Amino acid sequence: MSFDPMRLRALWRKEWIQIRRDPASIGIGVVLPALLLLIFGYGISLDALHLPIGVVVEKPNPLTASFVAGLEQSRYFAPHSYGSIGVAEDAMRRRKVEAILWLWSDFTRRGLREGNAPLSLIVNGVDANTARLMEGYFQGVWSQWLEWEAKTSGQPILTPVAVESRIWFNPALESRHYLAPGVIVINMTLVGALLTALVIAREWERGTMEALLSTPVSVAEILWSKIGPYFVLGMGGMVISVVMAVGLFGAPLVGSPWVLFLAAALFLLSSLGMGLLISTVFRSTFLASMVAVVATFLPAFILSGFIFDIGSMPGPIRLFTYLLAARYFVALLQTIFLAGNVWSVILPNLAALSLMAALFLGIAWKVSRRSLE
Amino acid sequence: MSSAPCISLDGISKRFGRGEKEVVALDGVSVEIASGRITGLVGPDGAGKTTLLRIITGLLRPDQGRVTVLGLDAARQQQELAASLGYMPQRFGLYEDLAVGENLDLYADLQGTPKSERAARFSELLHMAGLASFRDRLAGNLSGGMKQKLGLVCTLVGSPRLLLLDEPTVGVDPLSRRDLWSILFRLRDEKGLAIFVSTSYLEEAESCQQVVLLCRGKLLSVGDPREIAARAAGRTFRVGSNELGPRALHSRLARIPGILSSSIEGEGVRVLVAGGSLAGQLEEGGLGGCRTEPVAPRFSDAFLATLGEKGEGQGKARTPGPPSAEHHRRSGEDVIVVRDLSRFFGRFEAVKKISFHVRAGEVFGLLGPNGAGKSTTFRMLCGLLPPSAGLARVAGVDLRTGAASARARIGYVAQKFSLYASLTVRQNMEFFARAYGLSFRLRGERIRWAEEEFGLAHYRDADAEALPLGFKQRLALACALLHEPDVLFLDEPTSGMDPFAREELWLRIGEMAQQGVTILVTTHHLEEAEFCDRLIIIAEGRILAEGSPGEIKAPFRTAETPEPSMEEAFVGLIERSRGEG
Repeated sequence: MSFDPMRLRALWRKEWIQIRRDPASIGIGVVLPALLLLIFGYGISLDALHLPIGVVVEKPNPLTASFVAGLEQSRYFAPHSYGSIGVAEDAMRRRKVEAILWLWSDFTRRGLREGNAPLSLIVNGVDANTARLMEGYFQGVWSQWLEWEAKTSGQPILTPVAVESRIWFNPALESRHYLAPGVIVINMTLVGALLTALVIAREWERGTMEALLSTPVSVAEILWSKIGPYFVLGMGGMVISVVMAVGLFGAPLVGSPWVLFLAAALFLLSSLGMGLLISTVFRSTFLASMVAVVATFLPAFILSGFIFDIGSMPGPIRLFTYLLAARYFVALLQTIFLAGNVWSVILPNLAALSLMAALFLGIAWKVSRRSLE
Repeated sequence: MSSAPCISLDGISKRFGRGEKEVVALDGVSVEIASGRITGLVGPDGAGKTTLLRIITGLLRPDQGRVTVLGLDAARQQQELAASLGYMPQRFGLYEDLAVGENLDLYADLQGTPKSERAARFSELLHMAGLASFRDRLAGNLSGGMKQKLGLVCTLVGSPRLLLLDEPTVGVDPLSRRDLWSILFRLRDEKGLAIFVSTSYLEEAESCQQVVLLCRGKLLSVGDPREIAARAAGRTFRVGSNELGPRALHSRLARIPGILSSSIEGEGVRVLVAGGSLAGQLEEGGLGGCRTEPVAPRFSDAFLATLGEKGEGQGKARTPGPPSAEHHRRSGEDVIVVRDLSRFFGRFEAVKKISFHVRAGEVFGLLGPNGAGKSTTFRMLCGLLPPSAGLARVAGVDLRTGAASARARIGYVAQKFSLYASLTVRQNMEFFARAYGLSFRLRGERIRWAEEEFGLAHYRDADAEALPLGFKQRLALACALLHEPDVLFLDEPTSGMDPFAREELWLRIGEMAQQGVTILVTTHHLEEAEFCDRLIIIAEGRILAEGSPGEIKAPFRTAETPEPSMEEAFVGLIERSRGEG
C-alpha cells in the first residue's frame, strides 16, 4: 500500500468537482434524502388525524349538540354535518368523509340512562388500518364524553369499562418520532451504497479507469479517493436528517448525539464498503445500481426493523436480518432517539457495525487490483 | 542512443476466456521497438493491437513471455513504469465534467509533475494542441477532435519517455487528424520521445518510421513502411474501360480471384494483383478490352498483399454475389430534395439554409469536420429530427408532414452499433423485418436473401455482440435493407473498420447503387469520397463545395500538385472558409 498525499488530494478534488457538477449525485445525496424525510414526516404518518367524518342528526337537541361539540374538540376528527343519511352516504361513496356518525331521533338523555343510546357508526373499510384507528378513536371520544356528561349533569349513566393504557418510549405515540430517525438509515444507504456503487462503475464504463490506472496511482489511493468525499457527503446528509427529525418533526433525541454520530459513521463505512465492492465487481453502472438497490436499499427499508418489526418476521428471515448492517443501525437509532443511552443495547450493535464495516471495506480492498483483468 | 530498444517483447501470448469460448488475442509475439522514433501498429480488426498495448503498459499480464519496457518488467513493476509512460486508451478517460484546465491539473498531480514547472508546460502543451483559449471549457463540451488532442495533452503532462496511443484518430475529422500527427512529429523531433501508435488509417502508418504488422495475434512483418510498400512493386495498376462505368467495372474486377484489392479512382479502378499477369486475368474475367497502366505502390497495397499471402482477408471482398433482382426504379429522378433547410438548437444554428438534391441511384457523400452539421442534416433527412425551416423531401414525401411514411421507404445505419447486442443475428433480422411490417412469406424470403448476400448464414445463431466488427456492420446493413428501401442513409459506416472491411463495404454500396438504391453517406476517410458520384463538403452548417470528386478537387490543381488528393482539397476548403470567417 503506497500513499502519495499529492495524488490523494488531486483525486479528492476531482471527486468533489464531479459531485458538485453531477445533478445525479446531488439528487441522490441531498434532494432525495430531504424528500424522503418530508414524505415520511408528513405524508406517510402512520397515525390518523383530522379524519373527515359525516354527522347526521335526525332530531337536534342539547344532548346531540353537546356530543357533536365533543367530537369537534377531538383532534382526530373533522366533522361535517349532513341533513340526511342519504346525503351522507353519498359523500362517503365519493370519499369526502371516511365515516358517518348517525344519531337517531331518540338520542336523548333518557335513552342514554337506559343504556341503549341509539347511534350508528359507519366506517369505510377500504383502508383497514385507518378504519381500525378510527374505531378506536371513536371509542375513546365516546367514553370521554359519557364521563363528562355524567359529571356535568350529575346523573350516573351506564358507562362501558374504562380502559387505562400507558405507552412507553413514544409517549405521544407518534409514528413520525420513530419514522424520522429511521429515514436516516435510508438516506445513508443511498449515499453510501448506491452513490458509490455508481461512481466506480462509471469510471470503468467511461474508460477513465484505464487512463487512471496508467498513471502511478495505487489501488489504496483510488479507494480512499472514493471513501473520503462520500463519507463527508453522507455525514452531512445525516446531520441534516437529524436536524430535520428533531427540529421539524419534534422527534426527541434522548441519548447522546456523540453516540449517534459514531453509530452513523460506522454504518456509513459499512455502506461505502458495500458500494465499493459492488461497483468493483460489476463494472457497469446499470448492473451496479440494480445490485445496490436489491442488496442494500430494499433490505434497509423492509428488513431492518425500520417499518416492519423484526420480531414478527418468520424465523429464517429473522436470521437473515443479522447479515444486514441496517438492522443494527436501526436498533441504535431507535434506542438513541427514543430511549437514551442504553449501553446494553448500544455496545453490541456498535460492535456488530464495526465488524461489518471492516468486512466490506476489507473485501473491496482485496478484490480491487491495478489491472484490467 | 536512439537505436536502443525501449520496448522489447519476447514470445508474448495472451488468451481470453476459457473452454470453447477461448480466444487467442496474441500468439508468440516478439518484437523490439526503438526509442526516439514513431512506430505504427497496424492490423485488421481483432488483430490484438489493443491487447498488445495494454500488455506493454502492464495493465494486462501476458500468459507467456517477457515484456521489458524502459528497462522495467511491465508485468511486475507496473506502478514504477507508469511514472515514465504516457498511455492514451482508445476511448481516452477524460473526465467530461471537469474543465480542460482541471483535467490537466488532475493528471499533473497524478503524474507528480513539480508545481514549479506546471504553468510553463501547460501553456506550451495547450498552445501546441490549439486548446489555449478553451482552458475553462468542460471537456465534455469539446468537439471529438479537440477531446482527442486534450487526451494526448493529458498523457504528456508528466513528461513521459514513451508514448503509447491506441487508435487516437478514430472518429476524428481530417483536419484534427493532421493537427494530432503534427504534434506527434514535434514531440519526437523536439523531445526525442518514443511513440508507439496503433491506427486503422494506413496512410498514417505510412508516415511512421517503423511499422509493426499484426494479424490475428501473430506478428506478420516489421520494418520501414517504404520498404514494406516496395513489396507491392509491379503489382498495382489502374484499369480503365470504354464500355463500363467505374462502378460496374469495379464490381466486375472485384470478382476476379487474382485481384486482391480494388478501389474506384476518378474514371478508373485501381487494382492490386496477387501475382502473374494482369492482362491474362482480365481476359479470363471477360474484361479483355480494358486499358491498364502501372501505378506506384502504396503502403496499403503492401499491407493488403501481405495479408493476402497469409490467407487472411481472402474471400472477404469476394463474398457479395452478383447483383440480385433489379429494383424497378427510374433513374435520374430527384429522390432527395433539400431547399433552404435550417435547424436551430436553442439560439445555435447547426444547419444554415442548405440546399442540394440527390438523384435516384446516386451515391452522395456528406463530408465535413466534426461538428459541421453532418449528423444533424442526416437526422433531419431520416425524419428523426424535425427541421426548423426549409424543405426536405425524401422519396417524394415532405418530411414535415409525412416523416412516418418517409421512414418506411428509407433504411438507416447509425454511426454507433444500434442492433440488439444480446439477440442472435437471426433474431435481429426477424425483429427488424417485423418492425417494418413485412408479411410472413416476404420475411422469410428477405432474410434468406440477406443471409446469402451478406454471408451471414454461418453466424445465424451467434449473438450480435460476439460478431467481428466487419460482420456487425454487415448485419446492420442487412437489417436496414430488409424492407427494400429506396434510400439508404449510412452515417460513418467505415469508422474504425480495417481496410478489407472498408473495401468490401464500398463495393457493396456501389452494387446497391447500380440496382437503383439511392445512398447518402458520411465518412472521415477522405479517399473514400472517390466512391461517391457527387458530394458536398460542409463546415459550420454551410455548404462549402458541391460536385463530383473531380469537380471538388479541380480548383486545387496547381503546378506543384497537378493531381491534388481529396484530403488536400478538403483541408484547403476548410482553411479558406475559416480564413473568411
